[in-house]
Amino acid sequence: MYDFRKSVAALVTAASVGGLLGAIPAGAQAQTLKVVMHSDVKILDPIWTTAYIQRNFGYMVWDTLFAYDEKFASKPQMVEKYDVSADKLTWTFTLRDGLVWSNGSPVTGEDCIASIKRWAARDSMGQKMMASVAGFEAVDAKTFKMKMKEPYGLVLESLGKPSSNVPFMMPKKTAETDPMQQIKVEDVIGSGPFTFKADEWKPGEKIVFLKNTKYKPRSEPASGLAGGKVVKLDRVEWIAMPDVQTQVAALENGEIDMIESPGHDLLPLLAKNKDIKLFSANPLGNQYAFRFNSLFKPFDNPKIRHAVMVAFGQEDFLKATIGDPKWYKVCKAPFVCGTPLASDAGMADVLNQNAAKAKELLKEAGYDGTPVVLMQSTDLQVLTNLAPVAKAQMEAAGFKVDMQSMDWQTLVGRRAKKDPPDKGGWNAFLTSWVAADILNPVMAGFFNASCDKAMFGWPCDEQIEKLRDAFSKETDPAKQKEIAMALQKRWVEAPTHINVGQWYAPMAMRTTVEGMMVAPAPVFWNVSKK
Amino acid sequence: MFDFIARRLVAIVPVLAVVAVFVFLMLRLTPGDPAAVIAGDNATSDQIADIREKLGLNQPIWQQFGIWIGNILQGNFGESFFFKKTVAELIAQRVEPTLALALCTLVFAVCLAVPIGVLAAYRQGSVFDKAVMAFSVLGFSVPGFVIGYCLIYIFAIELGWLPVQGYVRIGVDFGRFAERMVLPSLTLSVGFIALIARITRASVLEVLNEDYIRTARAKGLSNRVVLMRHALRNAAVPILTVIGLGIAILMGGAVVTESVFGLPGLGRLTVEAVLSRDFPTIQTVILLFSVVYVVINLLIDISYTLFDPRIRY
Repeated sequence: MYDFRKSVAALVTAASVGGLLGAIPAGAQAQTLKVVMHSDVKILDPIWTTAYIQRNFGYMVWDTLFAYDEKFASKPQMVEKYDVSADKLTWTFTLRDGLVWSNGSPVTGEDCIASIKRWAARDSMGQKMMASVAGFEAVDAKTFKMKMKEPYGLVLESLGKPSSNVPFMMPKKTAETDPMQQIKVEDVIGSGPFTFKADEWKPGEKIVFLKNTKYKPRSEPASGLAGGKVVKLDRVEWIAMPDVQTQVAALENGEIDMIESPGHDLLPLLAKNKDIKLFSANPLGNQYAFRFNSLFKPFDNPKIRHAVMVAFGQEDFLKATIGDPKWYKVCKAPFVCGTPLASDAGMADVLNQNAAKAKELLKEAGYDGTPVVLMQSTDLQVLTNLAPVAKAQMEAAGFKVDMQSMDWQTLVGRRAKKDPPDKGGWNAFLTSWVAADILNPVMAGFFNASCDKAMFGWPCDEQIEKLRDAFSKETDPAKQKEIAMALQKRWVEAPTHINVGQWYAPMAMRTTVEGMMVAPAPVFWNVSKK
Repeated sequence: MFDFIARRLVAIVPVLAVVAVFVFLMLRLTPGDPAAVIAGDNATSDQIADIREKLGLNQPIWQQFGIWIGNILQGNFGESFFFKKTVAELIAQRVEPTLALALCTLVFAVCLAVPIGVLAAYRQGSVFDKAVMAFSVLGFSVPGFVIGYCLIYIFAIELGWLPVQGYVRIGVDFGRFAERMVLPSLTLSVGFIALIARITRASVLEVLNEDYIRTARAKGLSNRVVLMRHALRNAAVPILTVIGLGIAILMGGAVVTESVFGLPGLGRLTVEAVLSRDFPTIQTVILLFSVVYVVINLLIDISYTLFDPRIRY
């Protein structure tokens, strides 16, 4: 008889050899940090797209003229000193000594001028600033001037803008790329704390950064995105790993050092592991937002939009999505709790989940029962449960809601369409903002109420636009705050969107990782491994 | 034989044409806008419109199709909307992990499933046979990602024998390559083993009742010779057929397995491209999968002649 037992034994032996191979330890690499970011890097141009992963890539490779510190003040970064003329029409910037691109050539004022122009062509805050700019002048290799048509109150805030799009400084040749075209891989030359290792970039696998040995950090201690960017790691690898369960298993097994955004449902599991710590690097967190499409009924009527604000209460949204109160905050302030413009002025009667009052307001506003097409994103865990809560709270107030489920990318495509809701368009959807993007009414895209030029939803409100304009031109911070509060009150009457809660996403990392900065974006200077 | 191969190769052309039209139309009719994805969350409508124009997405569909087909006929598969790389480059970067996973799975599954199936048939009704049948049902019913997570938990987290994820190219370090292929191959092969073992058992059982097997035994041949030379060889055609069909399962399974184990292969490229609506990449990868499927089934058809001399083309 043919002895199958021998064959099976041979297979078992072979499998054991496989097991032995597994015993080979994955190479221990000193001062190499392996991180799973929230997404894979596909595009290398942080000016061409507003996606956050490209912003994070930008902070590795490039530097900024100014940067926000941990108190949200815009501080000089590449700039050594700056000066503004008495009439506030001429700004003079002098770069620090010793700034060089990773190819060895010096950083010049001309590079910075070209970079500001390219950034401003893409970024809404940049566009607002450039409307007040008369021109630039390169004074010498290290100095350049920005001449204004009129005083502008947000010059430092704009040049230090912390989140997408960040005004990263690039070499003139790169910055002269058409703003509507991506820069080339070979043009990824920065003066930032790390260099991009193009030959090791494998999309879908990993992207590698090396310490920029030519980088000269500032002498001040690091604070937020400002201060001395001292690099203590030799190499940083961002590993592409789409599956969150696998990310957690890899972190537990020590194959990676950090996960930028582990799912909230996995946080209790991670918290139990003594080799892993949770770290909230972004104390401002994120803000959920309900966006109206102001072009169509019923939300073309500001009174009906206001009624939704009365009908909503934040706690249910936050409980349904985040769950653990440790990671969320009920916060009415649209410019984010914990920031200089944080206030709930004018908001005493809204966001209290007052369905009865909302019903009355709907009646007064003449709501005719037009169904609200509410888009629900189903594939992003932090967003999925928002729409059902919105639907329930709106229906309690008397709205008819047609909630349509789809994946996020379908929603992204559909929200850009201006078609009527019954012909493939939409009335409302929910999303989330990184708090660093919405610190003031000029920066916060959803406050833009300039009709066709506004973001999807296209709100049209002359009063809001006048106040945004006044805010941008006011140079006194106290008066700026007064204007912001007036704008906030007008926004409550005619909302462009509704903020439905603030939430936080901690990073998970091995306890061997130290020095992670508290900043609006994940950055890797100051970080070391034990 | 050569006529048969030539005819089959020519038949690939209309298959690919149908796939090309179908995939192209499906993508254009499916909701989602790559320009909006590229532009990012904070983009304005104007920015999205600019990108759409740069990508040529505002042209009529028939014109976009014509340009795409024209380029393909010249060997140009286009450039990814997202990466500043050609689709051909992207695929070349991703082929190795998928090929390695498919080959390891195929070899592992065939080496294990065929002996198991033959033995189960030979010992029909025994505990071993029942165990094989139970495994077949279970292996075919449990989703690949569940098997993957269980294997990760046991072999990587609890025992610490194998890494959870990742891929090391075979040319870089064979040992690290091998240790990273064990769990994904095992995961992907479970369903495949179940399928092949079940078909092998059924085919061999059918053959074992034939007169020529009885004759062989009457001649005094050993069980081993009867099983291997007479039974298995005559049962080979359905087994080969199911292996060929299983390649499709393998390609589908690779999508999930590569995601679970973080393998940067074609399966994950497909998922990423679909999620980001990277039309040129999706179209080319699906065309490639179609070619692979058709060619493998051609090879399977040819291999029938090696096992059954009655089959001639």
